Amino acid sequence: MELREFINFPGLTFPGLKITLLKPDIFFKQWYSWYSKIHSSHLESPLEVFHNHVYRLGIPDSHIVLMLADDMACNYRNPKPATVFSHKNMELNVYGDDVEVDYRGYEVTVENFLRVLTGRLPPSTPRSKRLLSDDRSNILIYLTGHGGNGFLKFQDSEEISNMELADAFEQMWQKRRYNELLFIIDTCQGASMYERFYSPNLMALASSQVGEDSLSHQPDLGIGVHLMDKYTFYLLEFLEEVHPASQANMNDLFKVCPQSQCVSTPGHRTDLFQRDPGSVLITDFFGSVRKVEITKDTINLTSPVEPPIKRSGSSDIQIESLTYVDQLPVAEIIHQKPKQKDWHPPDGFILGLWTLILLVFFQTYGIKHLKHIF
Amino acid sequence: MLILSSLLLFILLAAARDEFQEELVIRPLHSGDIYASFQFRTLWDTDFLQEGQKVSHYRLFPKSLGQVLSKFSVRELHISFTQGFWRTMQWGQPFIPSPPGAELWVWFHDTVSDVDGNWKELTNVLSGIFCASLNFIDLTNTVQPSASFKPLGLGNATDHRFLRYATLPREIVCTENLTPWKKLLPCGSKAGLAVLMKSEKLFHSSFHSQAVHIRPICQDEQCSSKAWELRQTLNVVFDLHTSGQGKKEWSLFKMFSRTLTEACPLASSSKVYVDITDNPELFELSPATPLLGQAVVLGDRRTYSVYDLIMPTSSMVLSPCALGDMLRPLLHAERYVAGFGLQTGEIHTVIYNNHPYRAFPVLLMDSVPWYLQLYIHTLTVTSKSRDNKPSYIHYQPAKDRHRPHLLEMLIQLPPHSMTEVTVQFERALLKWTEYTPDPNHGFYVGSSVVSALVPSMVAMRTNFTQDQPLFSSFVPVKEESSYFVRVYTEPLLVNLPTPDFSMPYNVICLTCTVVAVGYGSFYNLLTRTFQVDEPSPPLSKRLANLIRRMRGVPLLT
Repeated sequence: MELREFINFPGLTFPGLKITLLKPDIFFKQWYSWYSKIHSSHLESPLEVFHNHVYRLGIPDSHIVLMLADDMACNYRNPKPATVFSHKNMELNVYGDDVEVDYRGYEVTVENFLRVLTGRLPPSTPRSKRLLSDDRSNILIYLTGHGGNGFLKFQDSEEISNMELADAFEQMWQKRRYNELLFIIDTCQGASMYERFYSPNLMALASSQVGEDSLSHQPDLGIGVHLMDKYTFYLLEFLEEVHPASQANMNDLFKVCPQSQCVSTPGHRTDLFQRDPGSVLITDFFGSVRKVEITKDTINLTSPVEPPIKRSGSSDIQIESLTYVDQLPVAEIIHQKPKQKDWHPPDGFILGLWTLILLVFFQTYGIKHLKHIF
Repeated sequence: MLILSSLLLFILLAAARDEFQEELVIRPLHSGDIYASFQFRTLWDTDFLQEGQKVSHYRLFPKSLGQVLSKFSVRELHISFTQGFWRTMQWGQPFIPSPPGAELWVWFHDTVSDVDGNWKELTNVLSGIFCASLNFIDLTNTVQPSASFKPLGLGNATDHRFLRYATLPREIVCTENLTPWKKLLPCGSKAGLAVLMKSEKLFHSSFHSQAVHIRPICQDEQCSSKAWELRQTLNVVFDLHTSGQGKKEWSLFKMFSRTLTEACPLASSSKVYVDITDNPELFELSPATPLLGQAVVLGDRRTYSVYDLIMPTSSMVLSPCALGDMLRPLLHAERYVAGFGLQTGEIHTVIYNNHPYRAFPVLLMDSVPWYLQLYIHTLTVTSKSRDNKPSYIHYQPAKDRHRPHLLEMLIQLPPHSMTEVTVQFERALLKWTEYTPDPNHGFYVGSSVVSALVPSMVAMRTNFTQDQPLFSSFVPVKEESSYFVRVYTEPLLVNLPTPDFSMPYNVICLTCTVVAVGYGSFYNLLTRTFQVDEPSPPLSKRLANLIRRMRGVPLLT
């Protein structure tokens, strides 16, 4: 029996799984959580915490699309290069060795974000930059940065509006790109961003209501910037207690950071979600729990040893002689013939110009003068 | 049956021979810095470009790169990511030079019909593998050099139509680029010399460069068959003074905050070389090693202490006391922008020939983006205040938004002289949408490349042997009296005239205000009719009027 047969199961969506030992009649259930986060100006929030928590709870890097608009870790102004800390005691470097930033710097634009969501990317885009989700995937989207009533700022030069976001999610729903989607936003007046959603199975959380500002938590006096936002800080504190088998549900998540701690009032929206939020586990979105059954029986597979690659013509005369190329052949370069440029027919502009000249000429002088010219 | 299967296995193993070597070279520099150069080489006797038979069994060679090579029919691939600029005058010549930012140059096989299409897809695939924004490489910053960048591997046909070169001077190198680079190594970062690579220390340096070089080379001395070589190099220059070390004493632990424990089990050789050429008796190496090696590299014979990791050793401490004179680099180049204002400017490239009596030719390649419009009629090349006419000039003018300028010149440098190449340019005004989000930072112009065959004081070895250290066998040597060197200049940062991006907003505000206040009030005055309207009387008056109406008496106004 071939190993390939195990993969073609209904309900199994992803090729390229790493399978260890399987019996052919096991139902392989996968909750694939996709996690996409974007961060415009505050780097610490999405980075470490979410990356560490989401990563820790089981979502692999290939299922995380990370978009960071600023380069802070290796910026020349960072006194400790390649490190980003979330707490001023500088214990945990969130820019660890495993971080893989998929979109960085100028690539973080509204257009790229929407293209990642809807899947309309050029065909040569590599897999790590795509959201390869389908109708069985749960997606978590986390955005942070500066925003206002109905928009989120990207790179100080453009904005994404709540209507665009709602339309993108509707496109995703129509193309069956998600099963359930959790949207978390930590900006000023964040609740305005989820007001316009109209697709089913969407749950949204925001750090502040319309008319309120989201505040940041701790400053680092060494660098001079604030390290994290209040809502994200308390959210992460909450997630510290979540482990892959935890039964915490969404109602607990809604209670994170009340007004006494956050100064702003966090908001949430669940009317588009079909299940009751109390029955939705946190690990449905933040973690990826795979159930695998291990068998002790042996399975006979076809021999993986392929016939050795035949070197065609290796014993015969080599077509090209094996020598290294001269790195700076001065004589050859000096006598190099200039490249023959391919002849292109004249451009539209040149043709138009000549037509105009000829037209004016014949208009002025008349066609009967033609024989005197030629 | 068993014998047959074991024989089959043996044939398979014998056919797909690949070997892996790793080495680290540590060289204390005269400026007080330390130059550490890692080189990892995987040599594989296979044929990626063979028709019909796809390579599917990968062992030490990374599969992601192997698939890239066969899919795009790549003959040679060189990609480097660099943070910082190599200071040639203070540090000497690097083993493998690289310009700041990202640089990618590829030789395609001559069976490729659409080189540009392959190039575009290749850059996208590589940007996914290395987590870098290489997808910004497109036709506006790709050039096709006509004489520079000859292949470093085997081959005789050098039709430059199959060469593409691009550089992204603005590209940042950070942990997310180092992580996939480390994953390409057979042992990853778990064993061998790659254990030392921790990003907090590697990026806290004056210069950091990681590169991948893939090319076909001779498998043995007679060069009867070819093999594919993958070289991953990482060059770091640590500035121990800023990182808090006062004394001139360093150790592997102080540099990398890690120690070497064991060699990579998959490596056939794992060595550490320490350059002790300068004043060997004043150096104190601990643990001491009796193994000494000599190698001729970059025109200089240098002595190295060799530590072989296949026989394990403990961490090393070195404490030199004084350093002698550095061999002055014979070729050195600088570049800067002159002029004032935001309209015109001048690019000056200065090349120094420090050899006391020998003149040699250099090939200068300049790739300038289209938005700096070069005036080639103002191009001057002067050496020792006299005009120096290049023996070969290749100039391809830029096409707005399609291709950059390419200028290649073969200049003969007189001995002990300074040659200056100047060209004037004018800055273009870009379209509003073409500006980056931070246009006042400036726009980068990639480094110039100076390639030369520099006369060597010491005879170079022209034949390759298997036991040669990796750092001295990168560039193929054809003649004994000279060595090939490539020097990169600084990238330029040029300010382009920037429009006021708030103008659309200002115009909308002003126009709407004028329309609303001026035209709006005028329109109202012309088209509105005015009627006198009585205000409704208060409650008391209304009651009084009601009573009066009932009484039949005239109402109150």
